[in-house]
Amino acid sequence: MKIRIFLIAFFIVAGAGIAYAHDHGEKIEWLYKKWPFSGIFGTVDRQAAQRGYQVYKEVCSTCHAMKYRSFRNLSEIGFSEDEIKTIAAGYQVKDGPDDSGQMFDRPGKSSDKFPSPFANEKAARAANGGAYPPDLSLIIKARENGPNYVYSLLQGFTEKPTDMTMGTGMNYNKYFPGHQIAMPKPLSDGQISYSDGTVATTEQMSSDVVIFLQWAAEPEMERRKKMGLKVLLFLAVTGVFFYLAKKRIWKKVD
Amino acid sequence: MKEHKIQKPGIIGWIDYRLPIFTFADSFLNKYPTPKNLSYLWSMGSIAGIMLVLQIITGVFLAMHYTPHVDYAFDSVENIMRDVNYGWLLRYMHAVGASMFFVVVYIHIARGLYYGSYKGPRELLWQIGVVIFLTMMATAFMGYVLPWGQMSFWGATVITNLFSAFPVVGKYIVTWLWGGFSVDNPTLNRFFSLHYLLPFLIVAFVMLHLIALHEHGSNNPTGVEVKTKKDTIPFHPYYTIKDMFGFIVFFLIYFYMVFFSPNSLGDPDNYIVANPLVTPAHIVPEWYFLPFYAILRGIPNKLAGVCCMFGSILILFFLPWLDKAKTKSGTYRPYFKWFCLLFILDTIALGYLGAQEPQGIYVILSRLCTLYYFGYFLAILPLLSRFETPLPAPNSISEDYAKKHCQ
Amino acid sequence: MDTSCETENNSCSLPEGETRRDFIVLTASAMGALGCACAAVPFISSMNPSSDVLAISSTEVDISNIQPGQILTVMWQGKPVFVRRRTPEEIKAAEDIDIKTLPDPQKDGDRVKKDHREWLVVVGICTHLGCVPIGPKGEFGGWLCPCHGSQYDTSGRVRVGPAPLNLAVPKYEFISETKIRIG
Repeated sequence: MKIRIFLIAFFIVAGAGIAYAHDHGEKIEWLYKKWPFSGIFGTVDRQAAQRGYQVYKEVCSTCHAMKYRSFRNLSEIGFSEDEIKTIAAGYQVKDGPDDSGQMFDRPGKSSDKFPSPFANEKAARAANGGAYPPDLSLIIKARENGPNYVYSLLQGFTEKPTDMTMGTGMNYNKYFPGHQIAMPKPLSDGQISYSDGTVATTEQMSSDVVIFLQWAAEPEMERRKKMGLKVLLFLAVTGVFFYLAKKRIWKKVD
Repeated sequence: MKEHKIQKPGIIGWIDYRLPIFTFADSFLNKYPTPKNLSYLWSMGSIAGIMLVLQIITGVFLAMHYTPHVDYAFDSVENIMRDVNYGWLLRYMHAVGASMFFVVVYIHIARGLYYGSYKGPRELLWQIGVVIFLTMMATAFMGYVLPWGQMSFWGATVITNLFSAFPVVGKYIVTWLWGGFSVDNPTLNRFFSLHYLLPFLIVAFVMLHLIALHEHGSNNPTGVEVKTKKDTIPFHPYYTIKDMFGFIVFFLIYFYMVFFSPNSLGDPDNYIVANPLVTPAHIVPEWYFLPFYAILRGIPNKLAGVCCMFGSILILFFLPWLDKAKTKSGTYRPYFKWFCLLFILDTIALGYLGAQEPQGIYVILSRLCTLYYFGYFLAILPLLSRFETPLPAPNSISEDYAKKHCQ
Repeated sequence: MDTSCETENNSCSLPEGETRRDFIVLTASAMGALGCACAAVPFISSMNPSSDVLAISSTEVDISNIQPGQILTVMWQGKPVFVRRRTPEEIKAAEDIDIKTLPDPQKDGDRVKKDHREWLVVVGICTHLGCVPIGPKGEFGGWLCPCHGSQYDTSGRVRVGPAPLNLAVPKYEFISETKIRIG
């Protein structure tokens, strides 16, 4: 019996240890925020996500694509159909070929994907000194501790330490592994003026854009967690019944 | 010549007279005499069976939306996650399901190791199990390549490159596996084809596994074979209900992960599209391969490392002849018990080490753990067979059961 | 396998015990079955059109360059749609008919927009077995299906042949005088 308990406890701890076993190299302490979307009851703050979209649209989309989102998806964070049509129509989208075989530009429709700032990766690198601004659709899932990583990175463009030499075209970032990043500081206080009147500090913009990016990476999150609660509750109740049934049936065994 | 059977009444009787599936199901799942003292460790087999079915079903539905081409694979998976109705659920069930399948099978194997389930007359049962394990690993390895993320690509590159270690023919084997000069579209396409095929081979092996099991019946925690009818109870309703309760507990863990923590066992790098020009900082296989990865990296010579890695699994085939002790169960083998537990911990330690950077203390520890791993099979077990004095085992299962459940 | 009745003090408790166990077992089985049934829903639902397919379910067509008597074929939801600008003769032929003689009786007026009677928009799939009819062809001025010889008139109604129904009229609207949106 003692062995059993010891083993079970050990397996749980060891299993968890292995599951989260990652080698970190230099340990960077990221900024930490209690995100409203984390935990089993997490939700996407619609207001914050809309502000985050504004940050993405006005600042980030100059260099960063988001090809796995379409304009019609914006209804999930609270934009109306008309607002979406207006946003989409503000972009020129490539379409075609037409009857003479040529590609042409037309205003965006709600079914179009977010347009990319560059035609392909090579064009993106050429315009950014060889560095590729990654597509942001999945960035939250593509980095360990994604939300806090992005949150820290955006606020991490501090003064470089005096004893450090930067490579050509590199910028110092306190939270980027290696501390040299090709991206110049994207956010400063008051850089954009939020349409809902919120004060646009760097921290506020970073927080809002993380919530937006979280939605972009996992649009199914709220439905998933809601369904999860129902499934686990059902299983727990059914489990109780099966346990009682098992005990009843096994009473007969002598 | 079969004795003349009597056709029983009704549709079931009509079918059964011509194709005895009902008689078979009755003897297999209903009447099958099972030792009455099995613990929940014996439920792992049926849970593994359920996971195989679930993986096949989710896999078939995922394959309706997946495109196995390097330019479309990653996008098709994102399409499943974002646009296909419940696509995210199918994908997460399949990915988490693979991990849970291995958790269950590892517990199942550990049970076999501790209670001597590999000993006669169950040697072939055990060996078919090892074949199932190997096929599962091949299936999982190829499946992980399909999303075509960074880890998919680089994991495939590293592991297929291992075959170049073989002298003379190594390079040709690798080119043949790749269908080209690096992991690329031909590789992805064939991995998709084989990933779809192999699970059905696993189903066939599982059937053989079950036939072998039913020939001599299940082992039990005392390791004492069934002697009289008093030792057994019919599979139904006792083990059907017990296994079903086991399913529910398992599903609670499984679905907690699917709905609330689906990416915790995965690698974030796999959410970046495969890029043959950029190698990720830490190439790590999925957790269930980590112990073998540690063994591979611990050996300084490439060919020796590959041989030890495969050897660490192939050695399981010989277990019934390495451990010839008459007493089956670790409960009654006072020294074996601790060496066996140490072996299990050693494998877990190897798993942890497999995820670390291959430098400094981690290398030394990997080698020590590898030494114990092989030492357990090649030295400890044979020696224990000869020199260990076991404790007296119970006279029968029913006696032991009555003692433990005295009213 | 019998209950060890002998050890029970009163055999009267047995039937009650049976009922209690049956209830629990029954409930457990029912919940298990319910769970399995609910589990089937996501799988079946995943085969329905995904949201990106549903999003492009309408097509806009520029009709400014179509002359009277011309038929333009466009793709809508993967199917061909005939956009036909009818001449006055074709409109008259479509309207001047006793609909009771038609295999699938339908007035021409019910198949076009009231203010745009010169425009006929029909799905170009024969209602027999799905081939694409060719037009303008056939003795009724409409379409002829090359597979089994069904013929349609200038209103897209079936006149002759194995096809049971008229060519389907999709949902469409004039979003301007030169543009229609199908679907």
